[in-house]
Amino acid sequence: MIPDVTLRRSRQAHIATPRLETPFHARIAALDETNDWYSWAGYKAAHSVFDEELEYFAIRSTAALFDISPMVKYRISGPDAERYLNRLTLRDVAKLKAHRVQYTAWCDDHGHVLDDGTLFRLAPDTFRLCCQERHLPWLLDSAIGFDVEIAEETTEIAGLALQGPTSFAVLANAGFDGIEQLKPFQIAEFSHDDTRVTISRTGFTGDLGYELFVPAGAALSLWDRLWMAGRNLGIRAIGYAALNRTRIEAGFIVANADFMTAEAALRADRARLPDEIGLDWLVDAEKPFFNGRHAILEARRNQSLKYILVGLEIEGNIPAEGAIVYHRKKHEAGLVSAAIWSPLAKRNIAIATLERPYGSRIVDDLWVEIYASRELQYQKMMKRATIVPRPFIKLDRRTATPPGLF
Amino acid sequence: MKKYDVVMIGGGHNGLVAACYLQRAGLDVLVLEKNDWVGGAATSREMTPGFLYSNCSYVCSLFRPEIMRDLELPKHGLQVIAYEGGAVFTRDGDYLASYRDHDSHRREFARYSKRDAEAYERYARDVTRQCRFIQPLLMRTAPDPFSFKPRDLAELLYLGRKFGDFSAHDMAQTLRFWTMSISDFLDEYFETDVIKAYLALSGIIGTALGPMSPGTAYVLLHHYMGEVDGSVGAWGYARGGMGAVTQALASSFRASGGTIRTGADVEKVMTRSGRATGVRLADGEEVHGGLVVSNADVKRTFLKLVDEDALPETFVHRVKHFKMRGSSGKLNIALDSLPEFPALPTGSSCIRGDMHFTDSMERMERAYDDWKAGHFSADPFVDMVIPTTLDPTMAPPGKHFMSCFVQYCPPKIDGEDWTDADRDAFAETVISQIADYSPGFRDRILHMEVRTPREIEAEVGLTEGNIFQGELTFDQLLFNRPVPGYAQYRSPVPGLYLCGSSTHPGGGVMGAPGRNAAAEILRDLKRKPNQMSPAHDVI
Repeated sequence: MIPDVTLRRSRQAHIATPRLETPFHARIAALDETNDWYSWAGYKAAHSVFDEELEYFAIRSTAALFDISPMVKYRISGPDAERYLNRLTLRDVAKLKAHRVQYTAWCDDHGHVLDDGTLFRLAPDTFRLCCQERHLPWLLDSAIGFDVEIAEETTEIAGLALQGPTSFAVLANAGFDGIEQLKPFQIAEFSHDDTRVTISRTGFTGDLGYELFVPAGAALSLWDRLWMAGRNLGIRAIGYAALNRTRIEAGFIVANADFMTAEAALRADRARLPDEIGLDWLVDAEKPFFNGRHAILEARRNQSLKYILVGLEIEGNIPAEGAIVYHRKKHEAGLVSAAIWSPLAKRNIAIATLERPYGSRIVDDLWVEIYASRELQYQKMMKRATIVPRPFIKLDRRTATPPGLF
Repeated sequence: MKKYDVVMIGGGHNGLVAACYLQRAGLDVLVLEKNDWVGGAATSREMTPGFLYSNCSYVCSLFRPEIMRDLELPKHGLQVIAYEGGAVFTRDGDYLASYRDHDSHRREFARYSKRDAEAYERYARDVTRQCRFIQPLLMRTAPDPFSFKPRDLAELLYLGRKFGDFSAHDMAQTLRFWTMSISDFLDEYFETDVIKAYLALSGIIGTALGPMSPGTAYVLLHHYMGEVDGSVGAWGYARGGMGAVTQALASSFRASGGTIRTGADVEKVMTRSGRATGVRLADGEEVHGGLVVSNADVKRTFLKLVDEDALPETFVHRVKHFKMRGSSGKLNIALDSLPEFPALPTGSSCIRGDMHFTDSMERMERAYDDWKAGHFSADPFVDMVIPTTLDPTMAPPGKHFMSCFVQYCPPKIDGEDWTDADRDAFAETVISQIADYSPGFRDRILHMEVRTPREIEAEVGLTEGNIFQGELTFDQLLFNRPVPGYAQYRSPVPGLYLCGSSTHPGGGVMGAPGRNAAAEILRDLKRKPNQMSPAHDVI
């Protein structure tokens, strides 16, 4: 049903702010020194806040606050919610207990990945799906025949990632009693002002860390509560550039950066099956049915998978962002989609998509061609690349329960 | 008496494009234009002092950038300015806008439906996919599937291979897309009527079909295939009006040594031993040429300019039944000041884009019903733009030129010829519709030019005033445009060619028919095209 004209007219104001500000914007803007904003799904988001490199070290050494409010959020609730999500997503949702989080992905009928994201089971019949792209028509159409309600709640819910070795200490200091018992991928609810904040032990950094979700109206007071608690614990606000480095170290992939989502791909051949982007482990073939199941299992049976996503370690220290991967320095084998020099691993690492059999049957003699622009000249080099398992770094503090104070 | 290598009938944009390429290839080309100005349906004329009107076509997107570059049109004064979005006004006092910025666009749709807001991406992807398939065909001669000549076979193979890149699913989608109605197509993506009405406009423009008629989805595609400087699907204003396109072409043509004669109304194509040898003008003058090329539509060319006894019967039959029905009219208005639309908030960019008032599919279809009944729409569909919000050259400062494209408007009223009273009544439906949304609109009008199919046919020469020289439905495209077996710009009369929008790839100020025709003519003359750069890759 179309909203009535008064409501619609009240929303006309959006033309004055083509870039939405997140519920935390006032705080981040006050701290911001670099004035380095970008558009994240229509929101004004910080690429950096004070210094990209130092922000990285805040994540790895103290505690960093990263605004994840622009993440698209759907609330899925109702008696059939579990059954519905089991049909929608690749993993077995029946195995996801209440107050737990699942990293998952979902596919179209051809088995092509529509997106990856995190599924929060807030209560037995209530879920939150967080992802990068928008899927409301897909989610609604998939719900036909299920007793389930789907609501898009991106603007209503503010999200904040608190990541780093002192993140637990910050939360404990902020008075979130019992937070020490929270295990990875577990959720707990706490009082905050006159509302509730949902805290999960999740994150995109491979480090000790948490994600906090709160109604937008309580966002600033939550920020202040954490900021005060973290004053002596090195808390800093960070932007996407620093977070991106840590996610590459953690080996996480980003939709429409490391793979094209099926609905965004203009060129039909760019869509990918889960097994082609390293998400084969999500596919629960034991489940009776889920969307894309037939296509995925058939591709496995026929060995018709075309691509594979791998972690690469590259000799030298020049990041190979966007580089072409070669076999025997000659045959094109694939493309690097993300690459950094990892300060934590002291290695030159990359995430790449290779065209099989490279990466599956042929794994040796791989090279990347790096074009490094240096003072208006390209330094061209061919560097040896070795396939290595992801994550590139593994931190014990990420999983230790109770977590350490730093 | 001088004999030209090529005599071009008509100085519309396609005629001039073909003439330019032929002249540049070393031929001596004469363009004969019946009016005292060139341009056909792409003109800018000063009908009242100080105001330039884009008299017929009014926005620019389809004109191929390869042609602009090859013919050095920027040097000859052509500039195209992209414009932002637009709006459809709703009867309840609100509007639905469109924005170039993806997220602003989504938020605008979300005012009506969160679902539709998120459906737009999939819609845009699917339409763009279809465009990407069609786009490379624009600047290629359509293959004749029954000729079995190596070249046609190679071209068919190319098509087949392109089609082969599609998944089975995409192929099925493409066939559906080419044949379904724009209404059915939009229903698969959107639930909100006003959103569908807004998007459906490109499916019916210039076409004597309603949004619920099969085949209209393809018409939409035709309007998405253009670009403004690489921004695919974007529309813009030609600076100085659409006449700037043809003025630049004429200037480029003359600069390369071509000759244009205005006020030269061609009455007959002369033939000797079945071969075209030149034309006879209305005043009896004969102009001789090695070849004759007609920029006129296929009906005017073969039912008026060529004697029927020179043509095969089946061909004539096909031409007679080629659908080229008048369906639209035009109001060009000089305004004393910028009209106000209280529904729009202050600072809205919509006034610089295209504005409509038809907020439901049903109203759009009802407007078509009037046309079927032989009358202009009582509640017409209007595509309204005010180019002077971005172009300072068309009106004095503070004053404005407004162009209103109006649909539906039949070639005859209840089977009778249009009268001046009919024309005035037609104009009144449009003015009163605008005035409903813009208080004081009537008082701002300084001058108005009203064009029904009668005026368009009389002045431009388009049969029934059909702006596309033939409707863009799938039965009249590719190797069926305009007539099967004659879709490669040649005709049953040796030495006579077609180069207008009646030929592949069809109407709109695109220039591709003119360029393709020139390429075929040069092929017949065993000459190499000069300065005809390859079509841009679609990557």
